[in-house]
Amino acid sequence: MKVLVLGAGISGHTAASFLKKKLGKRHEVIVVSPSQYYQWVPSNIWVGVGRMKPEQIRFKLQKVYKRWGIIFKQAKAVSIHPEGDDSISSGYVTVEYTSEEKAGITEKVEYDYLVNATGPRLNFDATEGLGPGKNTLSVCSFSHATEAWEALRASIEKMEKGEKQRFLIGTGSPTSTCQGAAFEYALNISFELKRRKLDHLAEITWISNEYELGDFGMGGAFVKRGGYVTPTKIFTESIFAENNINWIKRAGVYKVEPGLAHYETLAGEYKTAGFDFAMLIPAFSGHDIKAYDKKGEDITSVVFAPNKFMKVDADYTQKPFEEWSVDDWPQTYQSPAYTNMYATGIAFAPPHSISKPMKSPNGTAIFPAPPRTGMPSGVIGKIVALNIAHQIKHGKIEHKHTANMGRMGAACIVSAGYSMTKGLGATMTVSPVVPDWDKYPQWGRDIKGTVGEIGLSGHWIKLFLHYMFLHKAKGYPFWWLLPE
Amino acid sequence: MTDPKVIRAYKDEYYPPVPTAATKRMRTNIFIQLYKFLMLNYKIMRIVVKGHS
Ligand SMILES: Cc1cc2nc3c(=O)[nH]c(=O)nc-3n(C[C@H](O)[C@H](O)[C@H](O)COP(=O)(O)OP(=O)(O)OC[C@H]3O[C@@H](n4cnc5c(N)ncnc54)[C@H](O)[C@@H]3O)c2cc1C
Repeated sequence: MKVLVLGAGISGHTAASFLKKKLGKRHEVIVVSPSQYYQWVPSNIWVGVGRMKPEQIRFKLQKVYKRWGIIFKQAKAVSIHPEGDDSISSGYVTVEYTSEEKAGITEKVEYDYLVNATGPRLNFDATEGLGPGKNTLSVCSFSHATEAWEALRASIEKMEKGEKQRFLIGTGSPTSTCQGAAFEYALNISFELKRRKLDHLAEITWISNEYELGDFGMGGAFVKRGGYVTPTKIFTESIFAENNINWIKRAGVYKVEPGLAHYETLAGEYKTAGFDFAMLIPAFSGHDIKAYDKKGEDITSVVFAPNKFMKVDADYTQKPFEEWSVDDWPQTYQSPAYTNMYATGIAFAPPHSISKPMKSPNGTAIFPAPPRTGMPSGVIGKIVALNIAHQIKHGKIEHKHTANMGRMGAACIVSAGYSMTKGLGATMTVSPVVPDWDKYPQWGRDIKGTVGEIGLSGHWIKLFLHYMFLHKAKGYPFWWLLPE
Repeated sequence: MTDPKVIRAYKDEYYPPVPTAATKRMRTNIFIQLYKFLMLNYKIMRIVVKGHS
């Protein structure tokens, strides 16, 4: 049998490694991914402040896949043909090579099972003037983060000469997600400027589409702190106040000009924020992958949702916020259209957001899209791999493993400064990721499983996880014992 | 020219609780943080184990 995995990020790489481990030499595991590298995305924050080099957070996939016996094609998926065509009876994916030696060449890669783990497309074009090469920076990939560090270094040099600098960090579209990454970057910039005693020359502003700070696209959370059950709103505002970071919330950035971001507020006002340095997270969408049936008819809308993420076993019925349930969220990540097709990590279409949808009086939706952080992405990749391996070995379509984001928790360590003795990290855990208002009517989550702590220990944990996850991804001894 | 005087009162950033000097010291105290490192890893592992069931 052939299992084809599209994407070698946290989710796809995890899926491919467990598929090969379970299926051995008798079956083929093929990975298609446009970059020759695996990158540990969370550490891009440290690349963006010059504390790590890209080489420290990435490695070449070919070497690892050769050792594991996985076939690697450095290419991008262009179209999926789940029913094959006139000449090919099995499903196949048309891929286009991106490697230097084969650039532009296309190939039809056949499969018995398909795992789509292509993650997000960074949709800078959704906001006029946004993104690297235009007016803002990004830390979403190691190349973007390297550019961000170059620009930050230039700002630091100006400050060393006594020039003031305005930093604008946050979300670059009315519905961006990944607030956590931008939050980390704002705190790391603040830490680096304090370290250089330049903070008095900096004006750092957080701009976000969140209704309240600390929403992080998951409707916020509550943590036990100092004898109180405290919302992450207070936690986040406190960290910002301590670091002299101002904030603009309920803001949908719709256009960026050199040094000026235009945004609409939830109240319907149009405003601007000036900057010398801006890192704004773009909107995410799925990739432009088309789908065709046996006759060549376009079935993209059957396989993918309008946001281009792949439809899975979620309940996509439109309903008001009050009627949302954890059962809306997928369990097996199997495509309802084709049972041998799965989507994992960010590539699956969520049934709806987690934060409450909000609209300005002008009709603009201003609220975060749902995040799918590293841990759920890894766990989903693993359970899909285990289920497919089980089906191949036993010939039965059954899903022994499930992973519903309304039942699983997640841990996230927010870096707030890189130093072994003075560094800081905020350790956050939530359980479950998607609030379950039936089970936990007061806070939506298990307050005993929710942690919010800031300290040097958080930095140690984040650094430890960096090395641990790279060890696991490289397939070094006992990699499979390490959790996702 | 001196910068205009900035009064934080009545601004959003005026209201949140901010840590005292003692709280800040505890955040980087090696002994306290070693204990927290172990405690937080335990709490994270509890969530991780639950997520993998
Ligand atoms: C700066 C930053 C910091 C973060 N920090 C944290 C953190 O501290 N903790 C945490 O839990 N999460 C964090 N996250 C989120 C985390 O990185 C994501 O949850 C995770 O990367 C999602 O994994 P994925 O495999 O779904 O997608 P990705 O990791 O994006 O992988 C997608 C893969 O698909 C490939 N691909 C793209 N297009 C195609 C195509 N057409 N065909 C084939 N392959 C394709 C890509 O090249 C890539 O290899 C952070 C994210 C960012 C951007």
